[in-house]
Amino acid sequence: MSNLEYYSLSRPKRFFYKLGSFFVNIPLGIGRFFKKLPNKLVNFFKKFFTPLVNIWSWFSKGDFLTRLSFVVMGSGQIARHQIIRGVLNLLYEIVAIIFIILVGVPSFTKLPSFGYISSIQYETNTPPFVGYMYQDDSFKILLYSVVSLIVILILAFLWYTNIRDAYELQRTKEIGRKTSDLQTVKGLVGKDYHKVMLSIPTLGIAIFTVIPLIFMVLVAFTNFNSNHMNPKELFDWVGLGNFSQLLGLTGTNNGNQFAMVFLQILIWTLIWAFFATFTNYFLGMIVAIMINKKGIKLKKMWRTILITTIAVPQFVSLLLMSKMLNTDTGVVNAILKNAGLITENIRFLTDGLLVKVTIILVNMWIGIPYTMLMCTGILMNIPDDLYESAKIDGASPYKMYMKITLPYMLFVTTPYLISQFVGNINNFNVIYLLSSGGPIFSSVNGEIITAQVFGAGQSDLLITWLYKMSMGEVFKDYGAASVIGIVVFVIVAFFSLIFYGRSNSVKNEEDFQ
Amino acid sequence: MSAKVERYHSKKFKEISSKTLIYILLVIISIIWLIPFVYLVFQSFAQSYSPSNFIPAAWTFDNYINLFTDISYPFGRWYLNTLLIAIITAILQTVFTLMTAYAFSRLRFRSRQAYMKFILVIGMFPSFLGMIVTYFLLQMIGLSASIFGLIVIYVAGSGMGYYVAKGFFDTIPKSLDEAAMIDGANKNTVFWKVILPLAKPIVVYTVLMSFTAPWGDYMMASYIAQGKQELFNVAVGLQQMMTKGNDIKYFPQFCAGGVFVSIGIMALFFWLQKYYVEGVTGGAVKG
Repeated sequence: MSNLEYYSLSRPKRFFYKLGSFFVNIPLGIGRFFKKLPNKLVNFFKKFFTPLVNIWSWFSKGDFLTRLSFVVMGSGQIARHQIIRGVLNLLYEIVAIIFIILVGVPSFTKLPSFGYISSIQYETNTPPFVGYMYQDDSFKILLYSVVSLIVILILAFLWYTNIRDAYELQRTKEIGRKTSDLQTVKGLVGKDYHKVMLSIPTLGIAIFTVIPLIFMVLVAFTNFNSNHMNPKELFDWVGLGNFSQLLGLTGTNNGNQFAMVFLQILIWTLIWAFFATFTNYFLGMIVAIMINKKGIKLKKMWRTILITTIAVPQFVSLLLMSKMLNTDTGVVNAILKNAGLITENIRFLTDGLLVKVTIILVNMWIGIPYTMLMCTGILMNIPDDLYESAKIDGASPYKMYMKITLPYMLFVTTPYLISQFVGNINNFNVIYLLSSGGPIFSSVNGEIITAQVFGAGQSDLLITWLYKMSMGEVFKDYGAASVIGIVVFVIVAFFSLIFYGRSNSVKNEEDFQ
Repeated sequence: MSAKVERYHSKKFKEISSKTLIYILLVIISIIWLIPFVYLVFQSFAQSYSPSNFIPAAWTFDNYINLFTDISYPFGRWYLNTLLIAIITAILQTVFTLMTAYAFSRLRFRSRQAYMKFILVIGMFPSFLGMIVTYFLLQMIGLSASIFGLIVIYVAGSGMGYYVAKGFFDTIPKSLDEAAMIDGANKNTVFWKVILPLAKPIVVYTVLMSFTAPWGDYMMASYIAQGKQELFNVAVGLQQMMTKGNDIKYFPQFCAGGVFVSIGIMALFFWLQKYYVEGVTGGAVKG
């Protein structure tokens, strides 16, 4: 069907056509995937084997110095007057090997069982008459293994570039050019400038984000919790135990309850993210349109009033709001009661359903000004003649909004919407400071909860639940918390993939410049 | 003729009525948005908290004095903590964020795209997840029991927040770089002398964002503090002040603290509002 034919259909027909073609396209898509698969596999293997082929060719064509670089990193560079590079490479090699021997190997060997003895008890003469000699610490074993793994990966990468470098230097020498440290220094503000710019940020990300993340993903497969807390106790691999607990597959009744609580929190997280994002978006846009309407006076004042919300730190307004809406001691209930509008206090933050409504409303109060501000800028960019010609054609304001403003805004702000959606899934502050996730689940499907659910409440998001799991005063469970973290990642990745894949500003990065 | 006049009148009437409606709505909105702040300011001068009084019955300035003299809740210490954290974080984070953004926007190197995707993916994990490891690492370098630990965490993550700045750099024409390069500038000079002066809005925006973020951070700050009062920032401190049992007695003092924190940030915000708006709008469009 051509475009023209498609547009000549009536609206419901278009809808059904789209629906039909969606299902028709599924087998087609699968077919296409398999058709491309051989090509993709070939490409993958090419990518995988090119370095190996390269290494072989460098080895076979290389002279003695290049070949020496295979064992003693940096020797090729040092011999060819690029002393800085060579020394740095050599230094890393030495440090890495020492590290791997001293820290890596012991950790790796203990990793399968997470150590053998946690602590040795001995008697002392002073109270409490027992002392502990800590031996293996599962936490450290896992952490050092992760660090060693990264050290090894970096070593492999450096080793590869070091040989490539040595070979290139050999070639440069062969054609009679000089090589020296000056080139390295010049390169730092020239072709290697990105290394200068990215070194410190990368170091920060690697140490404080990547290492913890790899660690925690591995912890998801262990029973690292209050019963197995380092340094007194060892923890151990439990395979997919934490995941099956989440899915209610552990078999016991308690396991099921945990899964039910998780399901409720997951659903609420998605509902919350949806409503929080779209109420703010549309209402904020409407407020922006109202303020920007021609002939409305005091534009700046209205805007400033709203911006005040952004300027006041969020935690102040959230804590304040949570006190104002308190059931027994809040000002809102007191005033409503005095005015005779209600006879019983409204349980804004302690009723399972009402708390959700309250949170979404408060979030609107917080979020609308942001959207208003953003929309103001974009609205001004919509060409005026679009509206004028629509007016001449007799379009109503509603129609103009639906046909001009909204499509334009949606087109331009899709990335913003996604980042808002993702941000709301991880919106810790609004929930935690308003309701702390309460009211706490007491029963699920009519049964009183006996399973350990870490004080999960009806307004808890996955992220606040994760916080409770790893901060709990009574019981901490890092294994379960990691699983929740992975679930959050999967959700976020899923939505980002769907939307980012379609967003032009991401696809055509180079075009934009 | 008369029909035309009538239509004109009805049109005029319609416009006036729609404008009146908008004004009414805007006034209502303004009231809703301002009431909490008015209440905050009023209560900060209240002698004691009583739920039914929107306007305090008796006024006093003691709450502000108590803020700095009350030993059980050392607000002054928290404020200085947060201020120090915010200043150092703002400087370092801005530098590193802009460096990352520039590298991704302007420099072309192998695996640039892959690296950007990698940062995008690890950014999808909740940042709180790795906290126990981060805390252990801070212990190893001896910063776990000081506010500098928090600074390290904030600054270490600065490479991951490059999106807005990169979007802005992308819009600066590349011909400027090329012209400068022809005139003999190297890439370092281009960054400092050509791009940064043109990117003033985004520099100010980044400073503003990284300065204000530590004031509102509760999650990380509460973990690093581990319940030690002298390590609190204002968010954690004031939240502690409002824990159950205390909240009625300390509510006016909390309000005073809230006003005190807000005034500084608000002044900064309204001073730099122009840049903020530019950052928000630009960031939304380019993502």
